[in-house]
Amino acid sequence: MSDAAPIQSQPRSARGEPVISLRNVSKNFGAVSALTDIDLDVHAGEVVALVGDNGAGKSTLVKVLAGVFQPSAGTISFMGREVALSSPSVALDMGIATVFQDLALCENLDVVANIYLGREKDPWHLDEVAMEVRAWTLLNELAARIPSVREPVASLSGGQRQTVAIARSLLLEPKLIMLDEPTAALGVAQTAEVLNLIERVRDKGLGVIVISHNMDDVRAVADRIVVLRLGRNNGVFTPADSHHDLIAAITGASENSVSRRAGRLAAQEEGLA
Amino acid sequence: MTHNPNSVAGQALDRADTRVRQDEGLGGALRAFIDRVRSGDLGMIPVAVGLVVISVIFTSLNPVFIRPGNVSNLLYDCATTGIISLGVVCVLLLGEIDLSVGSMSGLASAILGVLWINNGWHPAGAILVALGMGAAVGALYAKLFNRVGMPTFVATLAGLLALLGLQLYLLGSTGSINLPFAQPLVRFGQNLYMPNWLSFILALIPGAAVLWTGFRARARRQAAGLTGVAMSVILVKAVALTVVLLVVVLYLAQGRGVPWMFGLFVLLVVVMDYAFTRTKWGRSLMAVGGNREAARRAGINVRRIYLSAFVLCSTFAALGGVLAAARLGSSSQQAGSGDVNLNAIAAAVIGGTSLFGGRGSAYSALLGIIVIQAISNGLTLLNLSSSLRYMILGGVLALAVIVDSLARRSRASHGRA
Repeated sequence: MSDAAPIQSQPRSARGEPVISLRNVSKNFGAVSALTDIDLDVHAGEVVALVGDNGAGKSTLVKVLAGVFQPSAGTISFMGREVALSSPSVALDMGIATVFQDLALCENLDVVANIYLGREKDPWHLDEVAMEVRAWTLLNELAARIPSVREPVASLSGGQRQTVAIARSLLLEPKLIMLDEPTAALGVAQTAEVLNLIERVRDKGLGVIVISHNMDDVRAVADRIVVLRLGRNNGVFTPADSHHDLIAAITGASENSVSRRAGRLAAQEEGLA
Repeated sequence: MTHNPNSVAGQALDRADTRVRQDEGLGGALRAFIDRVRSGDLGMIPVAVGLVVISVIFTSLNPVFIRPGNVSNLLYDCATTGIISLGVVCVLLLGEIDLSVGSMSGLASAILGVLWINNGWHPAGAILVALGMGAAVGALYAKLFNRVGMPTFVATLAGLLALLGLQLYLLGSTGSINLPFAQPLVRFGQNLYMPNWLSFILALIPGAAVLWTGFRARARRQAAGLTGVAMSVILVKAVALTVVLLVVVLYLAQGRGVPWMFGLFVLLVVVMDYAFTRTKWGRSLMAVGGNREAARRAGINVRRIYLSAFVLCSTFAALGGVLAAARLGSSSQQAGSGDVNLNAIAAAVIGGTSLFGGRGSAYSALLGIIVIQAISNGLTLLNLSSSLRYMILGGVLALAVIVDSLARRSRASHGRA
């Protein structure tokens, strides 16, 4: 897939086997093509950032991989085998964990219940103690700041909810983890923690897909940056590539509002100097 | 604190954060309770207060109200509609509703009468067919909801009429079938009371269970490096529960005692409470009621949860109908009509189960139906006409929903679901 990419530089860590490969995946909603002929590979021990403007199809692609939407066409291979991600539970059982942008937490349940939702220990006599201990362990690994896991999620702040959602995705020890805007609602320290965590997860040999609008976060953590534009592949970059090229790929033109603004600011600075 | 591999810097896992108030012992438990109530998490308080107020008012108007014989009778009346209400709690927890429980109970009583008396079946067979009919109707509602997307409000409203029609059709022109008084089922429904020694022993069991599970959970939590509930809190809970139950049972023993049918109702409530709070199924039910999409993405089979809840609801309604037939000693066209439907739904809501899904408990059916039957019973003792009874019950239901809505708003502003 990366044949079409501009300059390929060496990723930061040695790449493993492909965890997931998409070929010509399309998704239509009636007359609207949300995704058209998408190709995407994620290898073990690699962080792939998925970037693109609003409406580029990032969230749709994540939902296809999470089994929420079924693709209209194309093939998906997971760990070398062609698979059909027919429902969220199929994707979860296979080892694809997702942290959705809207977090998908049940506000009426407490933190432990949310982390273990659908995966409770001992279906006929819930093992609350074991679940609570594991919940604390996961949260402590994330250096999370959650005062109590027995409060309903409704009482938590946005950042705390994000942490709970990430902790939940790690519960099943997945092979691929997808994070949809993981840092959008977080404070400075928590953003750094989440970026650290993404690197820790990568070093454990998992494939990671991160969607973000924050180019600093993307550059800080990604091995490859895959650009989507209007539901199509629009190039693969590395953090070493120039900001200008990346923005051009995202907006679809080298002459765009971002470059015009940058040019205006540069001109002002020159004028001041 | 504990020396445990799980503990963080010598603190229990759940108390390591310095912002958590260290609520320990009896005082801490009391403080946490007051905090919860002030933020709008009222739990069972409105019902308990309501019961006391109702008892005081009716006893002052007519002292017969509080006599043991009348209370026994009241509990007998609670059992049939209470069991129906228990089923309603299942669907209310999902944020859905079943308006046809009254008709379903009437249909079940008609099936019992027709198969048992008219066709000479063994009563057990007739009961099984009635319960099976309930399960089938519930499955049909769930199918309509899952596959067609029919709102349960409409589906069960249609069911209300269709099931009533089927009940009238089965009973035919005779209109009612009398059940033989000597039969065990009818005796169970009319005058089968627990022996006093048994009810005393049963009254001790909940307290003992609280002690045993409390101490076991405490030991397990401490072994895992979590804080356990304080000994004093467990003890106070167990003693209070035992004292209340013993007083009630002793009081009822002055009259005829505790009806077996009420015992069956309480047993079902305890079983359902366990199912709601301690099983994966119950957790999934709460999750679907709280956030359906989140539950689906967590891999919960949402359709199967709807199916199980509606099947349970209609089956409980059928069981309630069978017991109501036993209570009346007949299967009639009037069975399940009138206020049965609304009493069952109102009991669940008055007891504190939210109409919006995701909040509630099995005990709301028990407490709610006692409130409703107490009002109904008290008004009957005052010889008030049914016109006034309906108006007063309507007012009480409105009051209960107002309390629920206000508490909900308060919870929202205090950051509780």
